[in-house]
Amino acid sequence: MNGVHDMGGMDGFGKVEIEPNEPVFHAQWEARTMALVRAMGAAGAFNIDTSRFFREALPPHVYLSSSYYKKWLLGLTANLIAKGFISRGEVETGHASEPAKPLRRGRLTPDQVSRVMTRGTFTREAQAPAKFKIGDRVRCRNINPVTHTRLPRYVRGHTAIVERNHGPQVFPDSAATGAGENPQWLYTVVFDARELWGADADPTVKISIDAFEPYLEAA
Amino acid sequence: MAHDHDDHDHDHEHGSELSEMQIRVRALESVLTEKGYVEPAALDAIIEAYETKIGPHNGARVVAKAWTDPAFKQALLDDATKAVNTLGHVSRTGDHLVAVENTPQRHNMVVCTLCSCYPWEMLGLPPVWYKAAPTRSRAVKGPRGVLADLGLTLPADTEIRVWDSTAETRFLVLPMRPKGTEGWSEEQLADLVTRDSMIGTGFPKMPGAPS
Repeated sequence: MNGVHDMGGMDGFGKVEIEPNEPVFHAQWEARTMALVRAMGAAGAFNIDTSRFFREALPPHVYLSSSYYKKWLLGLTANLIAKGFISRGEVETGHASEPAKPLRRGRLTPDQVSRVMTRGTFTREAQAPAKFKIGDRVRCRNINPVTHTRLPRYVRGHTAIVERNHGPQVFPDSAATGAGENPQWLYTVVFDARELWGADADPTVKISIDAFEPYLEAA
Repeated sequence: MAHDHDDHDHDHEHGSELSEMQIRVRALESVLTEKGYVEPAALDAIIEAYETKIGPHNGARVVAKAWTDPAFKQALLDDATKAVNTLGHVSRTGDHLVAVENTPQRHNMVVCTLCSCYPWEMLGLPPVWYKAAPTRSRAVKGPRGVLADLGLTLPADTEIRVWDSTAETRFLVLPMRPKGTEGWSEEQLADLVTRDSMIGTGFPKMPGAPS
């Protein structure tokens, strides 16, 4: 979706400012929110792409004015309500009042935590041979789905060179909508800054994205 | 991270007023616990892991090893996940880790314009500035400006390569080894490796600099 989360190339957000001695969490609720998201994801309530989509789908003014973990809390709540795990009424009262729904992998137990701290693999069996090889010139398609995609707006329609092939992986655009993993070849493709930002751009800068094959066409 | 699971009234330990966010998160956790979806002790264990075990010290050990062991460095650049998992003393890392090497000709910098993707297993949870709009909006259009905000200046002819983490690949920058560290041990070198130097938004500490 063409949301405000897709920030690459926007102006006006100001200076990058580092907080000295930043703590891992600024408040207990941030830590609990992060852990709730991890635990519900590990239990199979949703995949990472769906989780991202529910944050992106927050109203733009909410997205832009909420702290990072507030976005996580709002996204998690909306996601769990949409999937029928909880109801709005339960969120408001803070108590369960409706039957629970089975979790695909079951509740995360403390003894499983160290295992889920290591990310799982997104590599899958190829559905077809790779269309592109390293060194190929490609163009990012001009697609504008209203659902989740990992093709940022700033590269659409622009040409790049294929630099790496990461193999077939879960396709977020499909996984986020519950349409299955639909594995697609994943490539690192590299753009010259002038291709993306015009003739005045810094000629020493190159930018890459990781692009799934359906995002690309031969150029 | 103290958290009293039996405290259903959620009285704050210091008796001060709970913030709105704290109340909302506690309400959600209560619902999820009552419904049998989460176990508070598992949440505690997740939080403890990020507060104590998973942090930039993991990445620093990898970088220091690469600085002292050319075969390991090559293995890291060839397949970072595999190379990191040969190191017994570093926490395991998942698939899709890619190490990119800084050289005098080329400086690498990592961003996630769409959200906050970051090599958690190597660097811990990302800092607020990495996840915030100024970095995400500007890194791909004007990386030298972002670096200037962070106090870094690179030679005008150094190539800057920005890696936008749009899929599940996680990028770890291998910074250049500081001069004046000949003969240093891996442990000594690891102390010079900062989190930001592994994002490409900082340099390693110089030998003798205050830590």
